[in-house]
Amino acid sequence: MDIFLQQVINGLVQGAIYAMVALGYTMVYGIMGLINFAHGEVVMIGTLVTITVVTFLLKAGFPVWLAGGMGIVAAASVCMVLGWSLERVAYRPLRGAPRLTPLITAIGMSIVLQNLAMMIWGRNYMTFPSLIEKTQFEIGGAAFTNVQVLIVLVAGLSMGGLLLLVYRTKLGMAMRATAQNPGVAGLMGVNANRVISSAFVIGSVLGALAGVMVGVYYEIAHYQMGFMLGLKAFTAAVLGGIGNLAGAMAGGILLGLIEALGAGYIGDLTGGFLGSHYQDIFAFVVLIFVLMFRPSGLFGEKTGDRA
Amino acid sequence: MVAEPLLIVEGLRVAYGGIQAVRGITFHINPGEMVALIGANGAGKTSTLKALSRMLDPVGGSIRYQGQEIVKLPPHRLVREGIALVPEGRGVFPRLTIAENLAMGAFTRDDKADIAADLEHVYGLFPRLKEREKQLAGTLSGGEQQMLAIGRALMSRPKLLLLDEPSMGLAPIMVQKIFEVIRMVAAEGMTILLIEQNARLALESSQRGYVMESGEITLTDEASSLLHNPKVREAYLGE
Ligand SMILES: Nc1ncnc2c1ncn2[C@@H]1O[C@H](COP(=O)(O)OP(=O)(O)OP(=O)(O)O)[C@@H](O)[C@H]1O
Ligand SMILES: [Mg+2]
Repeated sequence: MDIFLQQVINGLVQGAIYAMVALGYTMVYGIMGLINFAHGEVVMIGTLVTITVVTFLLKAGFPVWLAGGMGIVAAASVCMVLGWSLERVAYRPLRGAPRLTPLITAIGMSIVLQNLAMMIWGRNYMTFPSLIEKTQFEIGGAAFTNVQVLIVLVAGLSMGGLLLLVYRTKLGMAMRATAQNPGVAGLMGVNANRVISSAFVIGSVLGALAGVMVGVYYEIAHYQMGFMLGLKAFTAAVLGGIGNLAGAMAGGILLGLIEALGAGYIGDLTGGFLGSHYQDIFAFVVLIFVLMFRPSGLFGEKTGDRA
Repeated sequence: MVAEPLLIVEGLRVAYGGIQAVRGITFHINPGEMVALIGANGAGKTSTLKALSRMLDPVGGSIRYQGQEIVKLPPHRLVREGIALVPEGRGVFPRLTIAENLAMGAFTRDDKADIAADLEHVYGLFPRLKEREKQLAGTLSGGEQQMLAIGRALMSRPKLLLLDEPSMGLAPIMVQKIFEVIRMVAAEGMTILLIEQNARLALESSQRGYVMESGEITLTDEASSLLHNPKVREAYLGE
């Protein structure tokens, strides 16, 4: 079996998920300069809501496609409301406060949401109900599944849709204008609060979809899963240049590939000293290197001009 | 018969922390008039405009526009009332195209046909903008950005146009060009408040003028009289 090709495929799938989550960080950062550290928890809640809704509907005898569809809709709705409320309740009152204040609040919200999830869903690992019959394909000695194809496809479509929204609609134009100069955008009649809320809501929908993907892919979920996922997606956003949409997409894919290839070869590289379960270190090595040598990221601007 | 002023500012005060930037100024603008507000660096001109455009809250005073108190209105509501600002330093959106910047000017409007007509009008005033329609605004020269900022303000079909130092940092020939357009817009009947350090140009283009010093209005008159006022000539016209 070809390890390289295999890891590229795995990395691509994982990277697509990172990219979806990274977009939530980057959109909010681009518009208001805030790192919403609770975003990973929004994704986690998306996964857990899907599990609850789908499991319930399947038990009630709904067909799989309907249960799955309703699970996704429920996750997206809950995450939208959650993202919107986070901004409304936690961040909006801190507008104009020193930058550290909302940052600490974001970390606080992340902890609050984790604990809330623990209270609702408990401390145990939960299995994601199987929605799709897995089939394997082979290409050049590497294997991939229909689930992987579906994840990449849905991620691609969602990101395409986001780009259309941001670059082809009036709301998108208002979002870009607000990111570049909020004061003047206000003079043009843009209600900054609406734009900021939209960024949170859109980012949360993408996060919910990513949450469903994670569930379908790994078939397991836990109230703490959002933490590491969020941190890695944040790394991806920084890698691409935080505030930059294309950067978040590219950064996500790239990080997925680095991790997968790193995990595939780490044993050989360290003479067997470190195993593939050390794959998490790659994300943080990347984060440290980016912050040291290119803090503006691959696609970032040097100055404060964002989005 | 004298028409009711479009804008009446009374006792307007602006402060930054303990610093009094505007100390209770009173002035008005009649419909169809171009009024110049001149003064040295730090006199409080921009602060006055920021209060008018609601980008900052004054500590006191009233701003009545079309007979209605607007001192509490949020900034994004002003443009719907017909007030457009061309901010100091232009404030174009650097990573939007010129066409998008102009579309932002019409953000609150949905009368598609009229917007298209206004766009043609703006492109008529500034042909250079049309040539560069698809270019990012950040790549424009300072003068072109000033044209864009004025064009963008006009795209909202304002009743009152507030201009903050349109000549700032521009070569004399570009200043002439910008002022030519400002005079054209004024001749079409637009009501304009023009803030300038280039006092001669401002007064030559305006009907009336106010002179601002250390946050206070110290002199007001017909623009032509101010141009001949010895104090103004000495302090602002370099004679
Ligand atoms: N954000 C701010 N914080 C503190 N003080 C300020 C601020 N903005 C302006 N000031 C002060 O308020 C006073 C008036 O400034 P303002 O910008 O209104 O002057 P101006 O007449 O527009 O000057 P210029 O011709 O240089 O643009 C100045 O003393 C300035 O230092
Ligand atoms: Mg000024």
